[in-house]
Amino acid sequence: MASIHIDNLHKVYAGGVQAVTGISLDVQDGEMIVLVGPSGCGKSTLLRMVAGLETISSGTLKIGDRVVNNLEPADRDIAMVFQNYALYPHMTVYNNLAYGLKNRKMPKAEIDRRVQEAATMLEIAPFLDRKPRNLSGGQRQRVAMGRALVREPAAFLFDEPLSNLDAKLRVQMRVEIKQLQRRLRTTSLYVTHDQLEALTLADRLVVLNGGMIEQVGTPMEVYNKPASLFVAGFIGSPAMNMISADYLREKGAVFPKSLPEGTDLIGIRPDELTLVPPTGDQLAVSGKLMLLEPAGAESHLYIHLEGSDQPVVMRVSGVPDMQDGQTVQMHAKVDALHPFSKATGRRTG
Amino acid sequence: MVENNRWGNFFAHLVLIIGVALVVFPVYVAVIASTHPSGTFLRGVMPLLPGPNALENYRTVIFEGRSRAGTPPIGGMLWNSFIMAMAITIGKLSISIISAFAIVYFRFPFRIFFFWVIFLTLMLPVEVRIVPTFQVVANLGMLNSFAGLSIPLIASATATFLFRQFFMTVPEELMEAARVDGAGPMKFFKDILLPLSITNIAALFVIMFIYGWNQYLWPLLITTDPEYYTIVMGIQRMVTGGDSEPLWHLVMATVTLAALPPILVILFMQRLFVKGLTETEK
Amino acid sequence: MQTKRSTFSNKWLPYALLAPQVIITLIFFVWPASQALIQSVYRQGDAFGIRPPTFVGFRNFMLLFEDALYLNSLKVTLIFSVGTTLLSMSVALLFAVMVNRMIRSRDSYTTFLVWPYAIAPAIAGVLWWFIFNPNIGILPYVLQGVGYNWNHRSSSNDAMILIIIAAAWKQISYNFLFFLAGLQSIPHSLIEAAAIDGASRMKRFWTIVFPLLSPITFFLMVVNIVYAMFDTFGVIHATTEGGPAQATNILVYKVFRDGFVNLNIGSSAAQSVILMGIVIVLTVVQFRYIERRVNY
Repeated sequence: MASIHIDNLHKVYAGGVQAVTGISLDVQDGEMIVLVGPSGCGKSTLLRMVAGLETISSGTLKIGDRVVNNLEPADRDIAMVFQNYALYPHMTVYNNLAYGLKNRKMPKAEIDRRVQEAATMLEIAPFLDRKPRNLSGGQRQRVAMGRALVREPAAFLFDEPLSNLDAKLRVQMRVEIKQLQRRLRTTSLYVTHDQLEALTLADRLVVLNGGMIEQVGTPMEVYNKPASLFVAGFIGSPAMNMISADYLREKGAVFPKSLPEGTDLIGIRPDELTLVPPTGDQLAVSGKLMLLEPAGAESHLYIHLEGSDQPVVMRVSGVPDMQDGQTVQMHAKVDALHPFSKATGRRTG
Repeated sequence: MVENNRWGNFFAHLVLIIGVALVVFPVYVAVIASTHPSGTFLRGVMPLLPGPNALENYRTVIFEGRSRAGTPPIGGMLWNSFIMAMAITIGKLSISIISAFAIVYFRFPFRIFFFWVIFLTLMLPVEVRIVPTFQVVANLGMLNSFAGLSIPLIASATATFLFRQFFMTVPEELMEAARVDGAGPMKFFKDILLPLSITNIAALFVIMFIYGWNQYLWPLLITTDPEYYTIVMGIQRMVTGGDSEPLWHLVMATVTLAALPPILVILFMQRLFVKGLTETEK
Repeated sequence: MQTKRSTFSNKWLPYALLAPQVIITLIFFVWPASQALIQSVYRQGDAFGIRPPTFVGFRNFMLLFEDALYLNSLKVTLIFSVGTTLLSMSVALLFAVMVNRMIRSRDSYTTFLVWPYAIAPAIAGVLWWFIFNPNIGILPYVLQGVGYNWNHRSSSNDAMILIIIAAAWKQISYNFLFFLAGLQSIPHSLIEAAAIDGASRMKRFWTIVFPLLSPITFFLMVVNIVYAMFDTFGVIHATTEGGPAQATNILVYKVFRDGFVNLNIGSSAAQSVILMGIVIVLTVVQFRYIERRVNY
């Protein structure tokens, strides 16, 4: 068990590509941090620097009280779960789990105890004699986790571990990882590009973009108060609607309080737009319904704002009785609005 | 499926059967000839049916040889060929796999330079630089030795190249997982990479063994002592060594014995051989 | 050139791993090749050391291209390589197309067609030399029946045909396996689409299958030419020995004769240098092909 201190970390590849630019982050002991962002945002590079698989160009990395910048991965007391599992195809499940322990010259009895324990915990005990190719995707995933588990490391590093699974299995494994982490309380860094995975798994999540941190916070903080246009667009699905403040004023929307200084964009989440007027301070806009997309328990309404053709998305429960092309009146509570500055890309209040 | 019609299939089988017959014919003739007494070849046409002398002919070539035609018993030559082929094969495989490992899994100064030095060997078959290579081997005192027969032939750009290609397809994460698991480079090589390469090694083994066994010009140049003659070059001495018409029944017995080991290797390891040739040699 | 995205960091280990290969390459490949380059621009000294080797620039090369024997050897090599390549590849393609139609018997036919690969060129030469033997050979006997008097000891044409057949026969297996692999990698849906478009079987072959095989055909062409030029030394040496009257004296054989029998080191070295040039060109062509495949 240990905390991880990341202080002003930089990664510059040979050839000058800047992958990570001055990231600082403190991971508390026992905390699960999810690094999320689009591909190329530097999240994997950051994780691999922590693992020791990429060299650190500058900055300091501490695991526990040790500076580990120049230690081999094996000496950092971390374990990693890879995207494609990276199981050794020619070894049995048992040997896959035991390999790292054998390399550390652990006594046979202790290896056996740990392997059996992890296998029981992950329900892979019946497969210990099989080769990875004879396992299903979900079972391989468990073996990969088991390999990390038996090490009893100071920290787990997860590199998009669920992205090779089908949708149903992904949800199931997500829940299991969460439960396991809760139980073991091992410090974890988890990389994903899936915002839903990030929201559900994280104690705190870190949104990365272009090699820099956009926002750090609990899932609800990040969802309810996105710090930038980028975060607002990335977290939440369908993405937040962005409407210019001038347009809203023009259409007669009355902002009861004056907007924070510099605000020229208003973000409204699709589910914060309603067909019936809510109580309290609110604003209303209308538009033309382009497409109604029923999705089971809810429907998505694709609407072009009146007089601007700007598309907005609404999420309503059930399937409303509407025709394509008809005019739709939309309402939103004023306290549900997210004010942003187009110029800085940041939230204004 | 676009159906085959019956006449088309009949025709295809016909073409193939005739084709197979033509392909097999030369070896069939050789085997038949090796079973006849010498008198059969003095006049008329070569026989197409087996004769009575198989045992005697094979006994003669294996144990006695034909001193008049300048050939020792071929038992020794077969052994020499085997040693040479195995030395070349194992040598090539070992030095190629470790150099490919170095080139793929390390980054170091002059890496590309070394790659090209090795690649040069692909460009320069022995045949095109015979005289200077012979001089080098002679100066090193390696004439008439197994070292001389094998070592100059074990540098292999092909095998290095193929192992490199294969290593590039091994998932990155496997090596990273091994590093996290505490395996250093040589441990990773021994525990992970080598077991994964087994099929490729076996496939290359087939091809390299045939290459080694069939060496001709090289042993011809550097062996003057019959002690070190190999079977393939020995045949030439039997054919052109005498002053009269070759002793065909003995030549063909030798040919059969010389061709047998590599043919057996191919037949028993056909799948590996096909894989080695068509998948890795591209 | 790529490596893995993360690599082991070890200062001396990669050099140690490369050392055996590089040392052998330097001693037995690079050094002799540079010797050949040097010798090719010198006239050799005499055996008693009285007259030292003298630098003669490109004279050895110029002499070669004025030498009727060398020009003849070039011509012979060209005919031999093209003949061997064409014969071997067309027969192999025919076999591959036929075998590819088969379902149950595919493996059995393949087994019968692959093993000549195992036969050394010298042995292939001896086998066909025996079959074509003017006194007792079966083929001259058959040819006599149709009024042709076969004798590869006196007829240049007969000798050339003999070595082409012997060299091509051995190479059929190789070409067959590559063509078969190529045919099997053509998606069946393409053939079916062409059939739906109304193309006959022959038309399907020439308009769909053959064009799709063209990368393999090209690759095999280079490989076969390299084979015919450099790997067939044994075929010649064990049978015709370049004769009759220089009719089968291909370049590789001539280098050997001039260097080892006639002891004309300068000329032999110059010939080696020319051959190296040819090999390098062919290899670069082939290498570009390999790289292209890898990139796909």
